[in-house]
Amino acid sequence: MAVEERDPYTGHMTTGHEWNGIKELNTPVPRAVFFFLIVTALFSVGYWILMPAWPLGVTYTKGLLGIDQRNIVTESVKQAAVERGVWTSRIEAESFKDIQADPRLMERVRQTGRTLFGDNCAACHGSNARGGHGFPNLTTASWLWGGDPESIAETIRVGINSTHPQTRTSQMMAFGRDQMLKKDEVENVVNYVRSLSDPAVAKDVPAAKMEAGKAVFAANCVACHGDDAKGKTDLGGPDLTDRFWIYGGDAESITTTVWGGRQGQMPSWEGRLSPLDRKILALYLFDLRREQR
Amino acid sequence: MFNLHYRLERKTIGFLLAIIGVASIGGAVEIIPLFTIHQTVEDAPNMRVYTPLEIAGRNIYIREGCYACHSQMIRTLRDEVERYGPYSLAVESKYDHPMLWGSKRTGPDLARMGNKYSDEWHVRHLNNPRDVVPESVMPHYSWLGRTELRSEDLGRHMVALRRVGVPYTDDMIANARSDAYGQAAPDTPFAEGVTKRYGAATNVRAFDGKPGNLTELDALVAYLQILGKLTDAAHKPVAAAGG
Repeated sequence: MAVEERDPYTGHMTTGHEWNGIKELNTPVPRAVFFFLIVTALFSVGYWILMPAWPLGVTYTKGLLGIDQRNIVTESVKQAAVERGVWTSRIEAESFKDIQADPRLMERVRQTGRTLFGDNCAACHGSNARGGHGFPNLTTASWLWGGDPESIAETIRVGINSTHPQTRTSQMMAFGRDQMLKKDEVENVVNYVRSLSDPAVAKDVPAAKMEAGKAVFAANCVACHGDDAKGKTDLGGPDLTDRFWIYGGDAESITTTVWGGRQGQMPSWEGRLSPLDRKILALYLFDLRREQR
Repeated sequence: MFNLHYRLERKTIGFLLAIIGVASIGGAVEIIPLFTIHQTVEDAPNMRVYTPLEIAGRNIYIREGCYACHSQMIRTLRDEVERYGPYSLAVESKYDHPMLWGSKRTGPDLARMGNKYSDEWHVRHLNNPRDVVPESVMPHYSWLGRTELRSEDLGRHMVALRRVGVPYTDDMIANARSDAYGQAAPDTPFAEGVTKRYGAATNVRAFDGKPGNLTELDALVAYLQILGKLTDAAHKPVAAAGG
């Protein structure tokens, strides 16, 4: 086997192998490597003893510290609720009016409401709550189901055309596609509806057509949009006399709406957000509108 | 002790056995607990299975690499639980083959996405995310709504899933194609079959807003709308804690 030989330059042993006069050093592993190997091994033994570690069939070693990540998160959520309890208990107990009268409480509502809105509502209504095509602008005075905090909270709870059993239900029928109105009737009523918010439209349309449009409106639309076309918040019929439109207010958009109908949908948030969170959101939205008016 | 290795590497068979022994520790630690998985994972007796349309959507989700930016796993951390909802349980992925927990979030977690937003929002968002979320960096998937869904192999997907433990019945597998069509076509005889086989709580809607033609968009939206809705098991520990 190997011949014991010490290399004169490094002082280490050689392996005793030789290839064409070249010998192989057998340098020992540095002590520091063994030191850290032992330290980390001891650390892991300590960790196995203290923390949850080894699977044992149907259970596992729980560790002396009794740490359970699920209990920790449940506790920390509970703890956070207790810390917030100073002001959330007042929001839960007091009426919308009393909360709005307290500027310090409303400051809390604005901060928390912004986060809740961003996590849950902003996807559809936009991070600035100004909505988009098909998704209502929440910063205007034009609310489909009522803009007071109680109504907003109820809309958030049950949703609109949602899967909630008490959902708010509303549908704009497809007057053209389902042949309830003829093509010229659709055209006339679209002109009439446009003239409600933009009097300039009336100048370009013959008075007879405008009258015909008004008659179509009275016969078909007033049930949901009201005799004065200012909408009905108990049926979710939009106000047609203001300058806010969910699906666009130009002739083409309104024609599309009258022809094919509309049925927007808002999910119910009852299973997802707590009553407290929904109340904060309702206050936040009511406040947001007042701020921007 | 330090000479053990020196001696061992001179004995070929012994060294080989030692390598196999050491290398199998890592495997054993991961594989052995699987033998008792039926006792260690929570019970969810009323858990429903994915419908054929939802399987198709799930396959599109995998094909398009959605998992690269979206996780489906809410961790046991306070900020995640407060933002997304109850933390994920193992049983919720019982029928996921493969699981799509993901490991990176460029977009938000999707584990509790089901029924959070409307179908129309999903349709608009997939067509062009910036139409509804101006600050989004997600790519658009506008071709999904123009591409007819391939459904002829759905039954075979279900056979494969049944082989790994998803309890599909022969009836479900035989009707895979018509159920995929029916789930996106309410008020047709096909839709009744879906409700009969998969339960009344199944979403039966024209997911892409166009009843009649079955597109990849229908499938993906149907899948997104069921995320986190197969069982309510995850909501129970939270309710028990008074949260």
